[in-house]
Amino acid sequence: MFGDYSIGDLGSIFVMQGFAGLILFSVYVLMALGLAIIFGQMGVINMAHGEFMILGAYVTWMTSNVFQAYMPSLFGGYFFLAMILAFVASGALGMLVEWVLIRHLYKRPLDTLLATWGLSLMLQQAYRSVFGAREVGVELPQWMLGSLHVTDSIEVPINGVFVMGLTVLITVSVAYVLYLSRWGRQVRAVVQNRIMAGAVGINTEKVDRYTFGLGCGIAGVAGSAFTMIGSTGPTSGQLYIVDTFLVVVFGGAASLLGTIASAFSISQTQSTLEFFMSGSMAKVLTLLAVVGILMLRPQGLFALKVRK
Amino acid sequence: MIINSRFFNRSELTGFIVLAAVLFVILPLSLDVFRLNLVAKYLTYAFVALGLVLCWGYGGILSLGQGVFFGLGGYCMAMFLKLEASSVENTKIQSTPGIPDFMDWNQITSLPLFWQPFHSLTFTILAIIFVPGLFALIIGTAMFKRRVGGTYFAIITQAVAAILTILIVGQQGYTGGINGMTDLRTLKGWDIRPDHAKIILYFVEVVLLFTCIGIAQFIRLTKLGRILVAMREQEDRVRFSGYSVANFKIFAFCMAAIFAAIGGAMFALNVGFMSPSFVGIVPSIEMVIYTAVGGRTSIFGAIWGAILVNFAKTSLSESFPQLWLFSLGALFIAVVLAFPNGLSGLWADYVQPRIDRLFARKPKSGWNGNSVADGAPAE
Amino acid sequence: MSDEANKGLLSPLRRKLLMGMAAVPVVTMLPRASFAQAPATSAVNTTGLAVTDTEVTVGILHSATGTMAISETGSIEAEKLAIEQINAAGGVLGRKIKFIQEDGASDWPTFAEKAKKLLVNDKVAAIMGCWTSASRKAVLPVVEQYNGMLYYPTFYEGLEQSKNVIYTGQEATQQILAGLNWIAKEKGAKTFFFIGSDYIWPRTSNKIARKHVENVLKGKVVGEEYYALGSTQFNSVINKIKLTKPDVIFTDVVGGSNVAFYKQLKAAGIDLAKQPLLTISVTEDEIDGIGGENIAGAYACMKYFQSLDNPNNKAFVPAFKKMWGEKTVIGDVTQAAYLGPWLWKLTVEKAGSFDVDKIAAASPGVEFKGAPEGYVRIHENHHLWSKTRVGRAKLDGQFELIYETADLVEPDPFPKGYQ
Repeated sequence: MFGDYSIGDLGSIFVMQGFAGLILFSVYVLMALGLAIIFGQMGVINMAHGEFMILGAYVTWMTSNVFQAYMPSLFGGYFFLAMILAFVASGALGMLVEWVLIRHLYKRPLDTLLATWGLSLMLQQAYRSVFGAREVGVELPQWMLGSLHVTDSIEVPINGVFVMGLTVLITVSVAYVLYLSRWGRQVRAVVQNRIMAGAVGINTEKVDRYTFGLGCGIAGVAGSAFTMIGSTGPTSGQLYIVDTFLVVVFGGAASLLGTIASAFSISQTQSTLEFFMSGSMAKVLTLLAVVGILMLRPQGLFALKVRK
Repeated sequence: MIINSRFFNRSELTGFIVLAAVLFVILPLSLDVFRLNLVAKYLTYAFVALGLVLCWGYGGILSLGQGVFFGLGGYCMAMFLKLEASSVENTKIQSTPGIPDFMDWNQITSLPLFWQPFHSLTFTILAIIFVPGLFALIIGTAMFKRRVGGTYFAIITQAVAAILTILIVGQQGYTGGINGMTDLRTLKGWDIRPDHAKIILYFVEVVLLFTCIGIAQFIRLTKLGRILVAMREQEDRVRFSGYSVANFKIFAFCMAAIFAAIGGAMFALNVGFMSPSFVGIVPSIEMVIYTAVGGRTSIFGAIWGAILVNFAKTSLSESFPQLWLFSLGALFIAVVLAFPNGLSGLWADYVQPRIDRLFARKPKSGWNGNSVADGAPAE
Repeated sequence: MSDEANKGLLSPLRRKLLMGMAAVPVVTMLPRASFAQAPATSAVNTTGLAVTDTEVTVGILHSATGTMAISETGSIEAEKLAIEQINAAGGVLGRKIKFIQEDGASDWPTFAEKAKKLLVNDKVAAIMGCWTSASRKAVLPVVEQYNGMLYYPTFYEGLEQSKNVIYTGQEATQQILAGLNWIAKEKGAKTFFFIGSDYIWPRTSNKIARKHVENVLKGKVVGEEYYALGSTQFNSVINKIKLTKPDVIFTDVVGGSNVAFYKQLKAAGIDLAKQPLLTISVTEDEIDGIGGENIAGAYACMKYFQSLDNPNNKAFVPAFKKMWGEKTVIGDVTQAAYLGPWLWKLTVEKAGSFDVDKIAAASPGVEFKGAPEGYVRIHENHHLWSKTRVGRAKLDGQFELIYETADLVEPDPFPKGYQ
């Protein structure tokens, strides 16, 4: 298939293709980070993760509408406020859900899966009733549209750069919070030994609630970022859930580094394969490879603790 | 079927008689053919629920990919029916007569090799059992031998469901794609569409269901069933006692897969239709939900769960489409939070004691719907 | 046992029939004028449909929930509007239309089940419904078995024709060929890149488009790609487009994927003002989600645009907005769905009966002069004669009409040389 093209063309295509893989990588990391915290640190399978993301997307949409109506002059900067609001909204809903639902189920991880699936159905219907069944289009500020012109054939999408920057920022903050802050140490203490953590005076219930809230809040930010590249509708969240879980499991559930490594390998594989075959077959092969490797190495790429 | 006091304990016997009476007598007499056919559709999920009781309720293995096996069974049956419906006379307007219509639309000019054996009904019936069975064997062996279980197993089965869906949709020349296989007409020349055929199919299905109940009950009562329960409660102790935990898990998973496949095949026959929308993640999770609502450790509970949730789905979505998802979601949450043993747990805790008192027998101290009652001989 | 069940089902109908027959002598004694206005039920309904002296029941069968609700909402709204307008104008054969709405829940077997319920239990005289090809394929055997009448609104892949279905949307050749001809002539296009969602409609449409490009336009298809429904990552295919530099990008991507596709296309620096793109899957409805700024400049090949300038449409658009809100937009399929109840009414009046067999026989030749798209007529093959139009997407989410065929295009569901 390369016969007809010049070396220059091919070179720039490989650059572009690598960039496409990086965007996909950022998307996967954003989706998976919140889940890695919730599933990896707490062992809770949150099937409503996609719906928390979509909540962030809807918050972004509402913010853009408010800015358009009341403060059109500040429209260029609304996205930053929208992301903060998305974090707060999804995080708050997450904490509420933890309080009402999840905290009763910590000893039954498989049941959290069923309960959060129920939650996701209710949230989907709630979005449909409130925002309508149709997709909403989020209007982006002008500076986010278009691309940076590098050479004649290499153009870098601005929103892709933005998503990547955001990913780096969030990953670094999460790593800081989990591994360096006092609160992060408490979280890890609770994960390792709940009873002992409680005995030394850590309020484990509060830690659980904030951890779950943090995971959901990050999902909200991810949803906000996805308005730039994807669609926002009541059922859009469901599309992401399997990919997200696979990324987390493939990386080794409790490891942040593992999540990033697995997101990187899955995204690069998929985007490379997509170039040589049809999109759906690329997806099938990627998933098959992931499942196959997981069967050989069930603990995932980076395992902190192998099994219970 | 042999019914004696050893095979069922008393509360199970009640359950058996009630279910048999409802399915064999009450429903056929009280419903018109349209509604009866709907019940037949619900019952196809009862097969899946039955399998889930074995592997999830007893073995503690939650599979979120039962749709895969339901789909494999259904597709095997549908391939046979589709070939019969695609006779040369029926398809003369196609550029290649004698092959299924969707192949013709996708420029396939001869029947693919893996379709050929589905001209034979015997092969099809064997395939319905062995294709999903072998598939489950492969997945189960790969996973359980490496001691993957719990949430990881659930997520991987989910991924398998996703893969199979994308594959079926993507390879539409061979599978009918997202439309699935439609317009299935006859089985060995016998038209499956008219009302009297639907009634016969319904009874065939109920008989099959009771056969499967018998098999499940037999497994439960033998040592195998007790090892499954022991495994669920304390896997390591079973392993230390010298049992191969993996083999028992693989067995339970394969049985569940075969039950699901029978359900799928009956679905294709009753509904005249098979599509990837029964293979994916959403239907697979719904199947788990039926089991959870009915009671994951109770054979009869799970069957009632499948029937009642589907009935609620049909009637609620007919009258209040908006409300349906809300109530379904709320139902899952309620079942998980408040009634982990589902309907059968409620029955055992509240209804059964009253019935017992009514018959002036010694009241039982709350049946938990699991191993406690299993070993106890009925009076 | 089945007999018993059937008796239970039929007896109210039988009673109605008897009542209808009892009414015959009375009716014949009435003055001629009133007879012509509302003919006796027994005369217009010999097959036990849900028709009374004052009402006739039809079914509306679309997804109000699930992923397809996004697209099908417009069709539901259009059908309800049409029914209300018909009722305001005196109904059909003097009877008001009552509708029973069922939710297909984006699930194909549910569609089949609900269609069966509408036909068997509710005895509806016609069903306005279905949207996706898959739901139609599921419903088709049911309407054929129980002899119902389905009015199907979506543009679709063709290769189908049924006595029991009226296709009010375009089949593939009607939608595609004229548009390709136009863009080949107007833009001098020789190379085409196809990208679609992975299911029967895009694949069949692209097959027809490919044959037309290669055999008639003597051009070349430089790429053909399919993505699973719901995919949101198109960067790789966009790179392929950049590599192959086609004269025209031809797309039939559907649903949420559309939004991702156009946003990423724009972000990758492909300017639709310079790079011609012809889509057969984006209507005003989809632009609502995509955002006008992301797709402005693209060409869409449809038979109807909300911006069409004709008297029928000038009445239709405000009526639709009055009923469903100022913000609603009307796409090609929504308009085609609006045609369903009207065509059915006109056919019933032509046949003088609600009986499905008579309607099926009377359908060919039925004309609807009040169609928002202009004039339409039902062909012998139960599809519509209609014009093909090309519009250019504008920033405000509307299309600007660029080209329309001079004459009505004949529907040809089994095109020779394109299979």
